Amino acid sequence: MKSEKTIAWVLLLVLPLGFAAIWRLQHGIDAQRAALSQERDDVLLRSGRLVKIMSLEYAPLLADIYWTRVVQYYGNKHVRGQANLELLWPLLDITTTLDPNLLISYRFGAMFLSQAAPAGAGRPDLAVQLIQRGIQANPEYWRLYEDLGFVYYFDLKDYPKAAEAFLEGSKKPNAQLWMKVMAAKVAAEGDSFATSMFLWKDIYDSTPDPSVKKNALLHLQLLKVRGDCKQLDALADEYAKRYGKRPARISQMVQAGLLRGIPGDPLGFAYILGENGKAELNLDSPLLEQQLLLDRFK
Amino acid sequence: MPSSAIEIENLTKEYPFGFLHLKKKTSLEGLNMQVETGEVFGFIGPNGAGKSTTIKLLMRLIFPTAGSARILGKPISDVEMHREIGYLPEQPYFYDHLTAAEMLGYFARFQDLAAADRKDRVQRMLKKVGLDTAHKIQLRKYSKGMLQRVGLAQAILHDPKVVILDEPMSGLDPLGRREVRDIILELKRDGKTVMFSTHILSDAEMLCDRVGVIVGGRLRGVGAPGTLVDMKTQGMEILFELRGASNAPLLSKATRTGACYRLHVAEEELYAAIEQLRGAGARILSVSQVKATLEEFFLNLVGADRAQASAVEVSGK
Amino acid sequence: MRRAGVVALNTFREAVRDRVLYSLVFFALLMMAAAVAVGQVSIGIEQTVIVSLGLSAISVIGVLISVFIGVALVSKEMDKRTLYALLAKPVRRWEFLLGKFGGLVLTLAVNTAAMALGLLLVMLYVKHSLERSDAVVLVAVYFILLKLALIVALALLFSCFTTPLLAILFTVGLYIVGLYVQELRDLPVEVMSPAMAAFTKWLSRLLPNFENFNVMAMAAHGRAVPGALILQNTLYAVVYCTIVLTAAAVVFSRRNLK
Repeated sequence: MKSEKTIAWVLLLVLPLGFAAIWRLQHGIDAQRAALSQERDDVLLRSGRLVKIMSLEYAPLLADIYWTRVVQYYGNKHVRGQANLELLWPLLDITTTLDPNLLISYRFGAMFLSQAAPAGAGRPDLAVQLIQRGIQANPEYWRLYEDLGFVYYFDLKDYPKAAEAFLEGSKKPNAQLWMKVMAAKVAAEGDSFATSMFLWKDIYDSTPDPSVKKNALLHLQLLKVRGDCKQLDALADEYAKRYGKRPARISQMVQAGLLRGIPGDPLGFAYILGENGKAELNLDSPLLEQQLLLDRFK
Repeated sequence: MPSSAIEIENLTKEYPFGFLHLKKKTSLEGLNMQVETGEVFGFIGPNGAGKSTTIKLLMRLIFPTAGSARILGKPISDVEMHREIGYLPEQPYFYDHLTAAEMLGYFARFQDLAAADRKDRVQRMLKKVGLDTAHKIQLRKYSKGMLQRVGLAQAILHDPKVVILDEPMSGLDPLGRREVRDIILELKRDGKTVMFSTHILSDAEMLCDRVGVIVGGRLRGVGAPGTLVDMKTQGMEILFELRGASNAPLLSKATRTGACYRLHVAEEELYAAIEQLRGAGARILSVSQVKATLEEFFLNLVGADRAQASAVEVSGK
Repeated sequence: MRRAGVVALNTFREAVRDRVLYSLVFFALLMMAAAVAVGQVSIGIEQTVIVSLGLSAISVIGVLISVFIGVALVSKEMDKRTLYALLAKPVRRWEFLLGKFGGLVLTLAVNTAAMALGLLLVMLYVKHSLERSDAVVLVAVYFILLKLALIVALALLFSCFTTPLLAILFTVGLYIVGLYVQELRDLPVEVMSPAMAAFTKWLSRLLPNFENFNVMAMAAHGRAVPGALILQNTLYAVVYCTIVLTAAAVVFSRRNLK
């Protein structure tokens, strides 16, 4: 039929030509709009409470949308390598107010906030605030403690608080064993040997898992090593004060009467003094390898 | 100028239905038919027989599965040909927000009429269909019968050569039916071709030069109403009124409703019967023929293929 | 074309008689309330608030009308069979469709223009004077109208082959997608497979991009919109409407009415 043919021709002509034109126009418009550089990252309503009131019964849904905006905002800035993340906090604030149980927004939000620029907003203080808000709303969720611990540990370098967070989290239901491990590790980092020792001891005594037990034992041994080395260093300082020079060998300290005998590490290998004059594990001790291995992960 | 105003060739319409449209329902099967120029053609059949389907196919409201049709020698896809035809849809319904005059004026604008002529025609048409007093009322307030009249008016507004009416009598009171009848006869007098569908046989008998009977999507016969069936009178019916008692023998054969009686007699006994009734003091109200009508023809056909007729129940409504 | 014009005028008349323009009353009330309230609650950013609110209201009212009446344009005529008598007249189906489109766009133009006027009046009331830079509000309104025309075209297309309810869902869905096309483009392609990335890119360029027409932020701060963007957006809307209406005409021309 004639009309059928006409229709086919019209379609063949209009559709490709039209879409080609649309393609070109869109390029042009994009260029125009990019030149205008409208600030599109505006958060008009900064009050989470107000947004919540306005969201009727759909607050959780709106929270999801806001969360998507957070991710996009962060992602866009991240891709462009821009460090200006000042809207991150208001967006997260609104998101978590709208839906206090949106756990992911606390966890990743804290990550975005805490990391140093340009990777993140460089605001660990806000990250702590966010997570604490999350903990308040979801007190039984151990992972938030984990995140809190890490923010304290990595970004704020507040080891006692980090250890406290890990320890608190380890008491929550379903918490992984390594939360306690982290607490112990971090406590050690913060030089609170006692806490660390105690925690590792607790792990050692309570775990049925032989590999964890072995690991705990190793840590206990290395903690002992660190403690011993510190004491030896202190004695070496004493020696230096007395004789005007640092000892070259442990035996010198024994001769000086500072030690009763040459002390050994938990495996019985005698400590030595390194080239810098600090006490170290014996080169023959199997613990040395473990120590080096762990130090590498610090 | 071809002699046939409407030529229909092998027109077929199938409706797919069911899951994925895999099944098909045939509502019109290979229709071949002509309507001659200047005649009034009645298209009759029961509801769902395919009358409306045929008319909608002619108007290109739906598209045929097979076959073709020509009006005034032009293929029905020719838009310009529509200047010459008028169409009244079944149970017409028009824009609620317009008055009758506005609606006719709106339709008239598609017909290339001069503005003055348009106005004049609209007034004339409204008068013709008896709506000249109501033309300022919005159509949402119109009754079904009034809408039918408006529909008729818009169909003949532009003085078309071919008028196609789908159930023009439906929804009308007896007075309205007579007016429609008059309009159709007037169109015929003016040399127009009229094709209308109906399931009311008396209308067809009274008006049509020829009728086509369609049942179950198939044409069962075309011809003058008289040739399709034996139209011989099968007796007379007398309607009379009788007050007080009487012992006329005929009275026992009559059926009584209040003071009215209805009596069936053979044609040759009519005068004798009337005499007798008058003698008894009855007042004759009417005398009419009792005919074997198209209705019976119709019923026979339908009865023969009721199964199929129900199978092709189309979405006409 | 002339016949399409006749249909368009009738569509306009229908919209007016169906009280579509009553939406103006709502707008007027909203703007009046805003004009009074804005002085009380926001200091220094009255104009920004008024313009944002006014343009948002114009857009929302327009979108509602476009979607709901746009879908009803043809489906209502098919449903009520008002179309039957008309299509028997010497009028092609695409002319009818184009007329319907034109009629509603005309209605929207009148409606939007009236609301724009109201907005300007409120701005005048708040600021006591209008400046040249305020013309950007008119550009923003014009862009809204372009957007509405595109929505009407889409609504018409969908209503030509599906039920009114689905057509509304499709239109609204595409509108919302069209607002986020920009975001689609900003997705980090590094995280996607190459095929997915290419697909996303294509999609983001070819889907109707309703964000193109959004200059509300600029209007709110009285920043001028360059003429080139006005031209490009106009062309964009015209070309896109042509594509959509052609598709609608093709679908509708083959459609069996019930």
